[in-house]
Amino acid sequence: MEKRELTCIGCPMGCAITVELENGEVVSVTGNTCGIGDKYARNEVTHPERTVTSTAVILGGDKPRVSVKTKSNIPKDKIDAVMKEIDAAVMSAPIRIGDVVVKNVCGTGVDVVATRNVEKI
Amino acid sequence: MMNYDIVIVGGGPAGLAAAVAARNAGVDKILILERDKELGGILNQCIHNGFGLHTFKEELTGPEYAYRFIEKVLDAKIEYKLNTMVMDISEDRVVTAMSREDGMYQIKAGAVILAMGCRERPRGALNIPGFRPAGIFSAGTAQRLVNIEGYMPGREVVILGSGDIGLIMARRMTLEGAKVKVVAELMPYSGGLKRNIVQCLDDFGIPLKLSHTVVDIEGKEKVTAVTIAEVDGKGKPIPGTEERYTCDTLLLSCGLIPENELSRNAGVEMSPITSGPIVNESLETNIPGVFACGNVLHVHDLVDYVSEEADRAGQNAAKFVKGELSDAKSDIEIVATEGARYTVPSTINVDRMDDKLTVRFRVGAVYKDSFVSVYFDDERVMHNKKRIMAPGEMEQVILLKDKLKEKSGLKKITVKIENE
Repeated sequence: MEKRELTCIGCPMGCAITVELENGEVVSVTGNTCGIGDKYARNEVTHPERTVTSTAVILGGDKPRVSVKTKSNIPKDKIDAVMKEIDAAVMSAPIRIGDVVVKNVCGTGVDVVATRNVEKI
Repeated sequence: MMNYDIVIVGGGPAGLAAAVAARNAGVDKILILERDKELGGILNQCIHNGFGLHTFKEELTGPEYAYRFIEKVLDAKIEYKLNTMVMDISEDRVVTAMSREDGMYQIKAGAVILAMGCRERPRGALNIPGFRPAGIFSAGTAQRLVNIEGYMPGREVVILGSGDIGLIMARRMTLEGAKVKVVAELMPYSGGLKRNIVQCLDDFGIPLKLSHTVVDIEGKEKVTAVTIAEVDGKGKPIPGTEERYTCDTLLLSCGLIPENELSRNAGVEMSPITSGPIVNESLETNIPGVFACGNVLHVHDLVDYVSEEADRAGQNAAKFVKGELSDAKSDIEIVATEGARYTVPSTINVDRMDDKLTVRFRVGAVYKDSFVSVYFDDERVMHNKKRIMAPGEMEQVILLKDKLKEKSGLKKITVKIENE
């Protein structure tokens, strides 16, 4: 039996939740005070996900960097790999919010998109 | 001298939302004065997500949130001036500003909206002992360097203060390849959101040391090490608990202070608790026609509430310009006590208030299973149970005009926290 200790992020209570797992299956969730904690804990131990935000190099723009994000969540264990692909990207101005910077980043099926406009100079 | 109906000082989230609201209320000549080279304020460097859940029902990054409002300002053809520093606001609403392009000039404003935001508490205000080498930054300065300019301030980092910007920068520097060794927090609780503690520290195994502070900074040219120690209940370092961390960077995330030099010079009455102007139900200061909103008024936890507050300031400034705002005779005082540190607004004139008035406040400590109580004079009229309240989050109560009118002769509304 595997035990995982989590802090719930659902509200400022920050309940300390304990999840018990058997062969990757959730057996029990304890320590939460509401349904939000139960749901959060189950997601977090089976397939934790995060949105990654960073900046990418942009050439010929009125700013040296363009801020970017993964358009939706990606698996948490891919954060480092996603950062490397973002760091390798070089964009050219102009760029608009929502323009794709890296397509299907690290095979996640999620695009990295620009989060601000950079004008050409 | 130029003439404008409304002059807005600051083109961040508060200034933008106030401008849009004033235009929607039918005001023609509006001017936004912005110190930076672009509109959007601090949101431009807050590239992480989590903004706008209340306003847009989706999670945006800071620049995206800002652009939603910038677009409205552009569409409405509201005038704005960039790279412009406001030097003075007089009691009769003459705004003195200057820029490289236009030199120094004056504007006579029908109404002024203060939307200057806040700034970070610097090292000098923290009394940290030690040397004064390069490599000590406020968290927000580091954020600007990394996210806007594309520079890394350092490779080995210690962070003092667990405010949200510090937590966000712990993750950001880590993602960019730095080693964040520890976050020290003077208080026994974090000032940051739980979500940020989990996703910015726990995710990367960065330790958070509560009740700890920096007691020494080493380094002649550049920071070489920082020593932290545990503090007792009075915030005094406990000898023997010192831990030394070699590092090249110290980030400070130790609170925000509303930036009110202009307001003070203009004669605006200030609250010693919020360090922001004292305002009435219309978000108007003691100077008629001078309104305040956003972080210059009181430091907010969510930008959504800044936008909402600024919208009200914009509407009220519009009413003032059109002569629709009756005299600012405030008949009811709002008092914050027993756990509630302050309220915004501080006074109410029932005739001027909207049907509903949101009163925002913060608590001074962590409260579990406690009640937010509102008293009309000595009568308790509201008693809402809250599972948790923490200093890092804003609380609110909503007052109804009808209820206030029913209680004629009402002099004092008290907001307090009660155990039962």
